[in-house]
Amino acid sequence: MRRLLSDAGTVLTTDVVAFDPATPWQKARSVALRPEPFGALVYHFGNRKLSFLKSKMLVAVVKNLAGHPSALAAIEASGVPEAQRPAYVQALADLARSQMIEPQEPTP
Amino acid sequence: MTAVLPARPERPTGGRLIDQFEYGLDAPICLTWELTYACNLACVHCLSSSGRRDPRELSTAEAEAVIDELQRMQVFYVNVGGGEPTVRPDFWHLLDYAIGHDVGVKFSTNGIKLDKARAQQLARTDYVDVQISLDGATAEVNDRVRGAGSFATATRALENLAEAGMKDFKVSVVVTRENAGQLDEFKALTDSFGAQLRITRLRPSGRGADVWDQLHPTQAQQRDLYNWLLANGDNVLTGDSFFHLSAFGEALPGLNLCGAGRVVCLIDPVGDVYACPFAIHENFLAGNVRDEGGFQRVWQSSELFADLRSPQTGGACTKCAHFDACRGGCMAAKFFTGLPLDGPDPECVQGYGESALAARDLELVTPKSHIDHSHSGPVRGQPTLLGMPSIPPAKICDESPLAGLDLR
Repeated sequence: MRRLLSDAGTVLTTDVVAFDPATPWQKARSVALRPEPFGALVYHFGNRKLSFLKSKMLVAVVKNLAGHPSALAAIEASGVPEAQRPAYVQALADLARSQMIEPQEPTP
Repeated sequence: MTAVLPARPERPTGGRLIDQFEYGLDAPICLTWELTYACNLACVHCLSSSGRRDPRELSTAEAEAVIDELQRMQVFYVNVGGGEPTVRPDFWHLLDYAIGHDVGVKFSTNGIKLDKARAQQLARTDYVDVQISLDGATAEVNDRVRGAGSFATATRALENLAEAGMKDFKVSVVVTRENAGQLDEFKALTDSFGAQLRITRLRPSGRGADVWDQLHPTQAQQRDLYNWLLANGDNVLTGDSFFHLSAFGEALPGLNLCGAGRVVCLIDPVGDVYACPFAIHENFLAGNVRDEGGFQRVWQSSELFADLRSPQTGGACTKCAHFDACRGGCMAAKFFTGLPLDGPDPECVQGYGESALAARDLELVTPKSHIDHSHSGPVRGQPTLLGMPSIPPAKICDESPLAGLDLR
């Protein structure tokens, strides 16, 4: 899906943080989710990248990230069956690479 | 009532995104919005037959209301065009208004209004993209199609944008038989301004129908274009418009699917909503943003769009080995060349389009749009592709005081 909307492509300038599912993540603050019949459209206002979440379960996981101490915990809490969890970790890693999700700010 | 209508297929769960897209989205990914039919040029291939302003064009307040609605529907991006959008006196206001409402704008222009001051203003504005139209890498090739002086206007605008430090602006090229050999030159020209090249497909839409036979790339040029895109595609934008070329073999990057009424649409200057920018014809008119329920109701409830939102299951193309690659090509290209919508694209790279064109009924009259805002008189710098413009005398005696008079 990298160049789905090839006209909107803009070079990323900020550093991408490597994805560790054991750490806390959240939907990036400059990202909007638009519900779609199959899942959601994801739009990043900063780098203007567009992506899609291909299942409603993945939408739930992304929304639940912020309330959990780790991405794994969010996946579990969203009710993802055990066998599918590696695929969800992979999907979140892809979203991290495109900066759609970001590490939670450490609480002061 | 519904019992007698053929049932529309149900959206599957899961599967590939492209299959989901065939069933449509709750809002367009992006849409094209033509702000005015007015244009200072008279390009021979204008997809919207633009030239003269339409008195019914949306007012500033109505345009703002459309932007409000796009924000509510979370349409994050619009492609603004025309006509020449910058000749609308409220263009810069609407640009700011859209950006202020989370609706990013990419606008296409021939560059007529992009002086140094405007270029600096744009360079300071986030969330706006500019693309300058150019249909030849040299003035000679460009001006034959877009009109005398248009190459100079475009390159002056490009200079102004580069000088102002604008990032990521685009040079937008419609590939024709006359410029298909200039792709490397276009790339070099674009690079020289620090801009990005965008190339799109010529459609037989609007005045494009009049010149399509003459200007659409030959089969050999299509093959060269395909190879060029495979080699250079990562650095060149295409608006995903060449998906019919995917039937040569390898799929091109992007969305290889007709998105009309599914993921894209057009709002024209008077607020009419068409399935795609290349389909300004009553057969593809879904409604008007001024109707009750506005754009959202048109997008989500029009019968036409519902009809477009299902996979193609019949027709000659579905039996072709390459159908999954090209999905039958461009709906508008088929329609305006008089071909059936479930058959091959007129430029089908497997050659089925040529046979289909040859097999058309000799009596066939290709569909013509009833929307035409072309300049009615001669235009300064008129394109010469169709021969030198002949300017008829307004009155007989402008030519010769005795012309036409029967002096017997």
